Amino acid sequence: MTIHDVWMQTLLDPGQPCPPGVTTWNGSDPAQRFTVYRNNVMVSLINAIADTFPVVEQLVGTDFFRAMAWIFVQAHPPRSPQLVHYGQEFPEFIAAFPPAAELPYLPDLARLERAYVAAFHAADAEPMAAAAWQALLATPEQLTTVQFRFQPSLRVLRSEYAIASLWAVHQADSGLSLGALDPGCAENAWVIRRDWCVGILTMPGPDTSLLVALQAGQPFGVAVADTLSAAPDFDIGRFFELLFVEQLITGVVS
Amino acid sequence: MNEHQPAEPARVQTPNIGAHPVVSSRLDPATSFSSDGTELPDRAGVGLKPEHFHEIVATKPTIGFFEIHAENYLVPGGAFHHFLTQIRTQYPLSIHGVGLSIGGEGPLDRVHLQALRGLLDRYEPQSFSEHLAWSSHNDIFLNDLLPIPYDQRTLDRVCQHVDEVQNVLGRPMLLENPATYVAFAESTLSETAFIGEIVRRTGCGLLLDVNNIYVSCSNHGRDPIRYLSELPLSAVGEIHLAGFNRETDSLGAPLLIDSHASRVDEAVWSLFDHTVATIGPKPVLIEWDNDVPPLATLIAEAQRAEGIMNRHRVNQAVARQS
Repeated sequence: MTIHDVWMQTLLDPGQPCPPGVTTWNGSDPAQRFTVYRNNVMVSLINAIADTFPVVEQLVGTDFFRAMAWIFVQAHPPRSPQLVHYGQEFPEFIAAFPPAAELPYLPDLARLERAYVAAFHAADAEPMAAAAWQALLATPEQLTTVQFRFQPSLRVLRSEYAIASLWAVHQADSGLSLGALDPGCAENAWVIRRDWCVGILTMPGPDTSLLVALQAGQPFGVAVADTLSAAPDFDIGRFFELLFVEQLITGVVS
Repeated sequence: MNEHQPAEPARVQTPNIGAHPVVSSRLDPATSFSSDGTELPDRAGVGLKPEHFHEIVATKPTIGFFEIHAENYLVPGGAFHHFLTQIRTQYPLSIHGVGLSIGGEGPLDRVHLQALRGLLDRYEPQSFSEHLAWSSHNDIFLNDLLPIPYDQRTLDRVCQHVDEVQNVLGRPMLLENPATYVAFAESTLSETAFIGEIVRRTGCGLLLDVNNIYVSCSNHGRDPIRYLSELPLSAVGEIHLAGFNRETDSLGAPLLIDSHASRVDEAVWSLFDHTVATIGPKPVLIEWDNDVPPLATLIAEAQRAEGIMNRHRVNQAVARQS
C-alpha cells in the first residue's frame, strides 16, 4: 500500500482511521485535521451531483438527497477530473436504491437531468442552410430516401412517467403547480438547445417515434410511412414546423 | 469547481458585443499590458463564472483579466465556449488547472494533458497554472487539492511531472503553493525549499497564493513574512487572493480552511500589501468559487487590490524622483 492508496481509502471511508505519518506542528489531533480533507472530498463531490440533479434533490429533499449522493459517491467516485461527466451511473443507482423505491419516476427524471447537462455542453452545429432545403424539396423523390442529421445537443427520452412535467414544475418561477400533475402519466421529453440554453418539450408518441427513427438513420420515406401506418392522423406538418422552428436538422447524410 | 449548469434554465438571447472595452490602468497605462500581449497585465483580475457571462459581455466591465478553471471548459460546445470566445477577444486570460494531480504517485493523465493542450491552443491564454498537490490516484479523481510530503523522492517525481507538463503544453507553467492542514513525518525539506528546488530544476514560474501562505502558516505555526522571504520571488508570475473560514484544531489553535467562499481577509490584504512592497505589482486574481457573489462584489475586491498596487506604484515613483 502506498501513501496515496491509504489516503484514498481513508478519504472515501469515514470508518477508516487517520493515515499513519500525518503530523501537526502543535501536537493537536492529526485525525481531526485530516477530517478537513475528507470533508472537502465528500462535500465537493456531493455538490457536483447536486449541481447535475437539482430536481431530484427537490423531489426527495436535501437531507435524503445528500445521504443518497454520499453512498453513490463512495460506490462510484469520479474517474475523470472533468466533473461535467460525473453522475452517469446515478440514475441506475437510484433505481436500485431501496429507500427511493417510493418514487418510481425518480430514475427517469435523473436521466432527463443528465440529458439536460449533456445537451447544454454538446457540440455546436449550424442548422441546414435554406439553399439545401430548397434543393431537397425541389426533388420529392430524393426526399423519400434522405437521411437527416440532427443537432448534437438533441436528446429524446421516453418514460412511463410524467418526467417533463415534473421537471417543469420544479423550475424556478415556473408558475406551475404540482397539484394537477399525475406522475404516472407517460411522457416523451425532447431536450432541445437553442441560443445556448436548454429547454424541455413534452411531445406526442408518434412525433417521438418518428424523430427516434430519423435520428437512428432511417430514410425519411420509410420512417414517415411507418409512423402513418401506426398513427393514421399523424400531423406531419406540425412535426416539420417544429424541426424548422427549433433548427434541429443540420444536414443530410450524403 | 463544478459549474456546468447555467444560472437559469430560461432561454436568453445572446447580447451583442460592440466596442472594445476600456482596460487601462488610471495611474500607469504603460504597465497595463505587456507590449506583445503574451503576459498577463500587472492588474487585478477575477474568476470567470457562468453566473456573470451575460453581464460581462453586456457591460464590458474594467477588469485586468479573467481566469477560468480548465476542467470546466473541456466540453465539446455550448454556452461556456460561446461566452468564453467572446470574452477572450476583449480580455487577457489565465487558464488555471485543478485536476492534473502533479503531486500524484502515478504517471500524469496523458489524455487529460492532451485535452489541456487543445484548450490552450484554442484560447491562447497569457498564463497556465496548476497546483502543488495531488487529486487523482489509480484513475479515481477526489476533487480536492491533497498534500504531499516534502522529501527527495517526491521532489524528483513532481519535477518530472512539471517537466512533462511544460513539454506537452509547449510553454512554462506557474505552480501554486498549497494551503494545507497537516504535515508529514517523512518530510525532510521545508515547503519553501521544496518549491524553490522545483522552480530551480524545471524553470517553472510561481503562482503565489497569498491566502494559501496565510492559511498554511497559521495552520503550521509559521511566520508568513519569513515564509514569503524564503520563496523564489523573482519567479512570481501571478498572485491569488481569496477568503478562508476560521475553525479550531483539537487544542483550540486556529485552523484556517481555504474555502474561496468569502471576501479576502484583512490579514491577507496586509500580507498582499507587504508582498507588493517587496516584489512590485503583479497580475493578481480574486478567487471566489463557492457561494459566488454578484459581479460587482468581485470587481470591488479587484479594485481594492489595484488600489494597493497603485499606491506602491506612486510610492516607487516618488522615491525615484527624490
